[in-house]
Amino acid sequence: MAALTREETQNLIQEVLAVYPEKAKKDRAKHLMVNDPSLESAKKCITSNRKSLPGVMTIRGCAYAGSRGVCWGPIKDMIHVSHGPVGCGMYSTMGRRHYSNGTTGADIFTTINVTSDFQEKDIVFGGDKKLKVIIDELEKLFPLAKGYTVQSECPIGLIGDDIETVSKVKSAEINKTIVPVRCEGFRGVSQSLGHHIANDAIRDWVLPTREGKDDGFEKTPYDVNILADYNIGGDIWPSRMLLEEIGLRVIAQVPGDGTLMEMEKSIHAKLNLLHCYRSMNYISRHMEEKFGMPWMEYNLFGPTKIEESLRAIAERFDDKIKDGVERVLAKYKPQWQAVVDKYRPRLEGKKVMLYVGGLRPRHIIGAYEDLGMEVVGTGYEFGHNDDYDRTIKEVGDATLIYDDVTAYELDEFVKKIKPDLIGSGIKEKYQFQKMGFPFRQMHSWDYSGPYHGYDGFAIFARDMDMTLNNPCWKEMKAPWLRPAAVEQAA
Amino acid sequence: MALRQCAIYGKGGIGKSTTTQNLVSALAEMGKKVLIIGCDPKADSTRLILHAKAQDTIMSLAAEAGSVEDLELEDVLKVGYKGIKCAESGGPEPGVGCAGRGVITAINFLEEEGAYEEDLDFVFYDVLGDVVCGGFAMPIRENKAQEIYIVCSGEMMAMFAANNISKGIVKYATTGSVRLAGLICNSRNTDREDELIMELAAKLGTQMIHFVPRDNIVQRAEIRRMTVIEFDPTCKQANEYRTLAQKIVDNKKFVIPTPIEMEELETLLMEFGLMDVEDESIVGKTAAELDA
Repeated sequence: MAALTREETQNLIQEVLAVYPEKAKKDRAKHLMVNDPSLESAKKCITSNRKSLPGVMTIRGCAYAGSRGVCWGPIKDMIHVSHGPVGCGMYSTMGRRHYSNGTTGADIFTTINVTSDFQEKDIVFGGDKKLKVIIDELEKLFPLAKGYTVQSECPIGLIGDDIETVSKVKSAEINKTIVPVRCEGFRGVSQSLGHHIANDAIRDWVLPTREGKDDGFEKTPYDVNILADYNIGGDIWPSRMLLEEIGLRVIAQVPGDGTLMEMEKSIHAKLNLLHCYRSMNYISRHMEEKFGMPWMEYNLFGPTKIEESLRAIAERFDDKIKDGVERVLAKYKPQWQAVVDKYRPRLEGKKVMLYVGGLRPRHIIGAYEDLGMEVVGTGYEFGHNDDYDRTIKEVGDATLIYDDVTAYELDEFVKKIKPDLIGSGIKEKYQFQKMGFPFRQMHSWDYSGPYHGYDGFAIFARDMDMTLNNPCWKEMKAPWLRPAAVEQAA
Repeated sequence: MALRQCAIYGKGGIGKSTTTQNLVSALAEMGKKVLIIGCDPKADSTRLILHAKAQDTIMSLAAEAGSVEDLELEDVLKVGYKGIKCAESGGPEPGVGCAGRGVITAINFLEEEGAYEEDLDFVFYDVLGDVVCGGFAMPIRENKAQEIYIVCSGEMMAMFAANNISKGIVKYATTGSVRLAGLICNSRNTDREDELIMELAAKLGTQMIHFVPRDNIVQRAEIRRMTVIEFDPTCKQANEYRTLAQKIVDNKKFVIPTPIEMEELETLLMEFGLMDVEDESIVGKTAAELDA
């Protein structure tokens, strides 16, 4: 049951829109909907992936963020050069918790940040010369790096810097992969286009390296890739353990805790397991078309979704895997049951509002439901309509759904719906905490995690409980302002 | 006399740099103190004054020194014929980087370093033919050049360009003090050229400030990297530039131009026989189809 009835939710939307000027109201109205799970597609009810309105606070990022930060950043044995002025490179340093195993400077470079630090002269005379020098310097400093990516900041597109030629020339010279990525920040309406551009760069500059060649790779019928798990807080590790335990062989993690070589050999897999549909469906579709490799989405948040996903994965394989899944499900049941038994009584019936990025607004709903909680409002920063198509099936009737929600709208929705917990990002965190709402950052797992798999579910349940049931929320009112104190004074 | 800042625009290859340098030489001869700023990566706006192949540009010196902040004014200002001061913005070789940004950086540098504060009568900006981006509009923005002279000839493309440049001026005229000050006709010896340019000037709301006839002595002087004024001060052509200089000194006609529609311009060209009356029946027809 949603927090409000269908009519109340409709009214809430109208009430919130009322303050906007006519044009803004008309535009924003298209991005807000009241859910109806019986709908075939979200198309008639919500508009997404459109330019944000000027003058409103939006949480979106840019194409550079989508490529440098999201899709390429976690590839750990390559050095990602932020090509352009220093700011983009500086502020993207370690902002994202994509963990990687290894020794920094030797086999992993994810925490090392490189920028070409453009000056006036680089704008005027072109930055291609500097890029060559940077590659040479990096080769001396970090000879073990397996390759480089060139992540374009805005000016690169304006001055037409020929990063493709530099990449080709230097790549031939040092015999390593160099990937130019045209992810200038001004392209597109959000980070979403950056994901697409990054996918295209993988398609054009990485996958062809082993294509049609005998690289001596010994295939098995159980080879899979994990695509678009970014290993936030270590998410990919419990996921991989589960997949291996049911009998699959994960040959590539792209990109979470992944390597260039894994990306290259990913073309040998039997199946692509796609975690974040939004950010890497492009490469999945390409690999399907090019190599006949099927792909499927899966979800390892919470025992219900884990069970559903593992069984669906098993359907693609023989009895060995099917048996493996049943064995694994049985093995972990006591473990997750203990988690549910412990936390469900403390969380039962609590209402959650989410506003996150590419897949979590729908993927984590199951995990909350496993704990007896309900998601009463959800939305995407940069989702497309196919994301909303998937979402309307995951939330209840009359649930409020918001696309690219503005800071004002989210504030007002929260005030009215009064959820018990809000899950969103760093920009929302302190504002809602000051309003007295328990809050979890659901981009970074609030410096916790992992949340995937059975191990992750235990951490997820603990985190939600310690946030929601934290005694601090009872201390929001000063003691002398509490009713008892007021009465006493009287 | 207050400093007057003038910019010379016009179609590529029309003779902006040659005209500017000859004109400036004539002004210098009259005792005026002038600074020329070349706003073109080719950096050929001051060679006739300095007898040099190409002056070291602000941007190339800045690249060498590290940044433009590392430069001093005397590094970039050269003094040539009769004390004319010269600076070139410079920029990248064709096909890379951003030449427009080079112009912006160079002009800002000159301003910050006080290049205009000295006892100057005129600053002339000699700008790249095609105003392809905001950078090349720099001289007419933010109250820099107030007077724009467009060099043109009686050729179709030169007149198209003059009209387009007028459109650019209108854009900045409404927010600043930039005005169109006149067309300089640099003759290509086409029929009724002076009448045509006067007609165009009238339509744009301005004047043809001077008709500079064609004379091979200009090229002969140029081979020697000299202006006509310096090479042969007594020749007829030198007097033409002196007349132009005097007219500019006396010029009071500064207007917000009234650029004309393409159709009106075409009609004008047809009137003067520069363009045939359009025959709609032949549009999109191949040679074979026309023969049939």
